[in-house]
Amino acid sequence: MDKQQPLLSVKNLKTHFFMDEGVVKAVDGVTFDVQAGQVFGIVGESGCGKSVTMKAVLRLVDPPGRIVGGEIMLRRTNEDGSTNEAIDLVKLDANGKMMRDIRGAEIALIPQEPMASFSPVHTIGDQICEAIMLHQSVDKRAARKIALQMLKDVGIPIPEQRLDEYSWQLSGGLRQRAIIAMALSCNPRLLIADEPTTAVDVTTQAQVLRLLRRLQEQRNAAIIFITHDLGVIAQMADSVMVMYLGLVMEQGPVETIFHNAKHPYTQALLRSIPTVTMTPRVNLPTISGSIPHPFNKPKGCPFHPRCEKSIAGKCDARTPALQAAGERQWVSCFLYHDVEVSA
Amino acid sequence: MTQNNQRLLEVKNLKKYFPIQKGFFRKTVGNVRAVDDVSFFVNEGETLGLVGESGCGKTTTSRCILRAMPPSSGEMLFRTKEGNVVDLAKLNRSELHPLRVQMQMIFQDPYGSLNPRMTLFDIVGEPLLVNGMTNRKEREQRVAELLKLVGLRPEYLQRFPHAFSGGQRQRIGIARALSVNPRLVVADEPVSALDVSVQAQILNLMLDLQKRMNLTYLFVAHNLSVVRHFCDRVAVMYVGKIVELSDTLELYAAPQHPYTAALMSAVPVADPRIKTGNVELKGEVPSPANPPSGCYFHPRCEYAVDKCKQDAPVFREIKPNHFVACHRAGELKLPGIG
Ligand SMILES: Nc1ncnc2c1ncn2[C@@H]1O[C@H](COP(=O)(O)OP(=O)(O)OP(=O)(O)O)[C@@H](O)[C@H]1O
Ligand SMILES: Nc1ncnc2c1ncn2[C@@H]1O[C@H](COP(=O)(O)OP(=O)(O)OP(=O)(O)O)[C@@H](O)[C@H]1O
Ligand code: SF4
Ligand SMILES: [Mg+2]
Ligand SMILES: [Mg+2]
Repeated sequence: MDKQQPLLSVKNLKTHFFMDEGVVKAVDGVTFDVQAGQVFGIVGESGCGKSVTMKAVLRLVDPPGRIVGGEIMLRRTNEDGSTNEAIDLVKLDANGKMMRDIRGAEIALIPQEPMASFSPVHTIGDQICEAIMLHQSVDKRAARKIALQMLKDVGIPIPEQRLDEYSWQLSGGLRQRAIIAMALSCNPRLLIADEPTTAVDVTTQAQVLRLLRRLQEQRNAAIIFITHDLGVIAQMADSVMVMYLGLVMEQGPVETIFHNAKHPYTQALLRSIPTVTMTPRVNLPTISGSIPHPFNKPKGCPFHPRCEKSIAGKCDARTPALQAAGERQWVSCFLYHDVEVSA
Repeated sequence: MTQNNQRLLEVKNLKKYFPIQKGFFRKTVGNVRAVDDVSFFVNEGETLGLVGESGCGKTTTSRCILRAMPPSSGEMLFRTKEGNVVDLAKLNRSELHPLRVQMQMIFQDPYGSLNPRMTLFDIVGEPLLVNGMTNRKEREQRVAELLKLVGLRPEYLQRFPHAFSGGQRQRIGIARALSVNPRLVVADEPVSALDVSVQAQILNLMLDLQKRMNLTYLFVAHNLSVVRHFCDRVAVMYVGKIVELSDTLELYAAPQHPYTAALMSAVPVADPRIKTGNVELKGEVPSPANPPSGCYFHPRCEYAVDKCKQDAPVFREIKPNHFVACHRAGELKLPGIG
């Protein structure tokens, strides 16, 4: 999608869950590129497939879930820093050595559930050291030194003391910083942050966002930043992908998405949030209806039953493909093109 | 709008301390000052917002007002339907009972707050039954009316909550709260767990119901964009105290307390052209069990002077209807938003 070779290139990724009641097509043909040094934002309402997409990239989808199609190309670097061929993560053994090396060392995750990051029975220092020693050939003492520096880098006061504490002894803000420190301890080139500030206060959120930005710039890493908060996306992302029911509705530079959105869903989402510059206490424009249950996905464009501009006979019958619709902008909508998803 | 300047609720010097107990004999070794001398009023038909970081005492304040827990001290003067002013803090169970219908609560969690084994009819109709509407036919009719009011189909009467989406469950919670015709509705984070498209629907519904039923809202939320949209006035809490209270637009555009200004600057504005988060608020919120001396905000305040370390600032009216607890209020020029 861009001239520069992307760090991560996901094409037509499909991840389904095979349940007794039926198949949940949680991710059903998702395509995007992430460039090095970029913050790539993914936004969408609950259940649209943000977390599952990332679990697939990390090859952490457990049964009854399975990747059923597509590719996940990751460009790797050689020891000397030169770039190597891209490899398809879908083709790797999810629990094999190569994938284990990639997880943590090349792609790190800040998971959506903060409690999942740290075990309550080991100290923070032990856990960060363990992660470091897993991926780098250093001894315990050297690992501890790196861990200490990481805690310092993320702005944790009295880091020497914190190394020997447990995660439950930290406040929400400090715990979130420790999680970031652990995720960054192996110098990943891609950091996936899944709702990293949903559980913290606005002032802590501002601190965490600033920290992620600073670390990303210093290390020239890429961040995939997942949130349902359009304000956070506007402040953090360089480019944005909007998802709905397992599909990409629209993608483009942050400026374009917020000031020249093309997809009716993106437009409706942006209208429905209160902002600090608008007239208060008036009715907000809403999106009619509600998100359908995953077992009852509508035929055609997944958004058509709620879309004001849906074209009868077209949007309810065929599914629009993601197509270029402007300067670095892609839209899945028949208002802009006539290309449908091939079966 | 039917807002008048009649006070529905006036809270004076409200305190709620939770004792910290240690050892075998559960000796009290200190107190968590969850609500620490809070005063405010709410006029009939208006919405007062309560904001502040996690643990600052918003829920505890709300629960004291509803007498879900007894306050440690202070007054909570409530004007009843009949026009009498009573102190909720001093009433016993039986005296409170007839007043409970006038004060209702909407909860944050639309999943956890509804009993999964009760049908919609039972959930919404229970407060009616408790308050003496024993005739089932009559109750069914009223519940059907209420469901329509909150935008749910009356055919759903016999369904269970799991069959509904998050937004629909929040509507059920609202219908239940409104079933007994309350006058004061305390909403503790009513839209925080909802998706943005659903959040807009619920906010619209609550505004509409307020106009139709002349409801008074105490609205607790952490999303400052939502609070600006929804509230007439806003109180900002920090470690159990209200540090600033004023008309919403004035508070946002021209905050007078450094903490309010820091909160405002942290709001992530949904426009990449407006970069926010420039003012860094350093450090952590202190524990209400062991707050700092003087102004509780002084260790994090970039404007603090010596006096701030020693003396607690008085909560005072620096302009009509604009209250601030800061020694330097009025002399500082603080940035706002909106
Ligand atoms: N382990 C699982 N088994 C079955 N279905 C699942 C599983 N994990 C996710 N799903 C389904 O896949 C869909 C996408 O879920 P996902 O967690 O990716 O959503 P999300 O966009 O991250 O939402 P949120 O904003 O709530 O985190 C949902 O319908 C969800 O119910
Ligand atoms: N039953 C209790 N026993 C002891 N301490 C309590 C109790 N309930 C609340 N607290 C403490 O009182 C303080 C205020 O809590 P409260 O729940 O009112 O905060 P809040 O502003 O509603 O926070 P949040 O935004 O997280 O909901 C916190 O320090 C909390 O730990
Ligand atoms: S009283 Fe002092 S420390 Fe407190 S907010 Fe005002 S200037 Fe800052
Ligand atoms: Mg998720
Ligand atoms: Mg609370």
